[in-house]
Amino acid sequence: MEQPSSHLKIKQVGEVSVVEFADRKILEELSIQEIGEELKHLAESQPGVKLLLNFDNVHHLASAALGMLITLHKRVQEQQGLLKLSNINRQIFQVFKITRLNRVFDIYDTGDQALDAFKQG
Amino acid sequence: MKAPPDFGVDDDALIDVTLPTDLHSVKEPEGRIMAALQRCGYDADTTFAIKLAFEEAVTNAAKHGNRNDRSKRIDVRYYVDPRRVVIMVRDEGCGFCPDKVPDPTADENLERPSGRGIMLIQSYMTKVCYRDNGKEVWMLKENPACGA
Repeated sequence: MEQPSSHLKIKQVGEVSVVEFADRKILEELSIQEIGEELKHLAESQPGVKLLLNFDNVHHLASAALGMLITLHKRVQEQQGLLKLSNINRQIFQVFKITRLNRVFDIYDTGDQALDAFKQG
Repeated sequence: MKAPPDFGVDDDALIDVTLPTDLHSVKEPEGRIMAALQRCGYDADTTFAIKLAFEEAVTNAAKHGNRNDRSKRIDVRYYVDPRRVVIMVRDEGCGFCPDKVPDPTADENLERPSGRGIMLIQSYMTKVCYRDNGKEVWMLKENPACGA
């Protein structure tokens, strides 16, 4: 079942909340704050939350959005949950590599690969 | 606000734009720069790099320089030709020392939520030069397709 949201499309696949971004560009401070709030709410919705962020639609990302993802990651860990990222395009993945955040986040090429990884714990 | 001599651009060739401290205002000059890049045949990766660096520089100017004070302005100067792009962003803040910004890629800083804009600019651009106590940043990107 898909829930309407201003910036996010969220659907449940088994135990995993799969999040897609409605915006092609995650740039503006206000949008980033709003996305962060929505994701925080999702992360705190249940202990042990399993969250997959699918970046398929995202073509541009500001560094402030990286900060928002780091804060989310900490929050998910506090909830003993799991956060995975998938479908990050080559240019944006380069941003993760330059900032070494590819070492912080669990990143998969596709959503299916990420969902399989959740099953393996 | 003269370009560094080694950036290879005449001062008269630079286009001047003054922006209010409002991140929405970046779209208009960014659109012009992107259109010029397209006309000059820059590839997608180089265009991505320039766009990212410009947005990070304007964000830093608005947020950290002008501290979102809408009474302050952001000055932009830019130049695009098929060999190189030069962009300057200047704020009205108190300045900062770029060398003292903690390295966000250091293990102890990896999970800090901020401080990546400056290093992304540095990584993506060919040369970066801070002036006037960090209030003014000059960025040069050479077109890799030209072997400039």
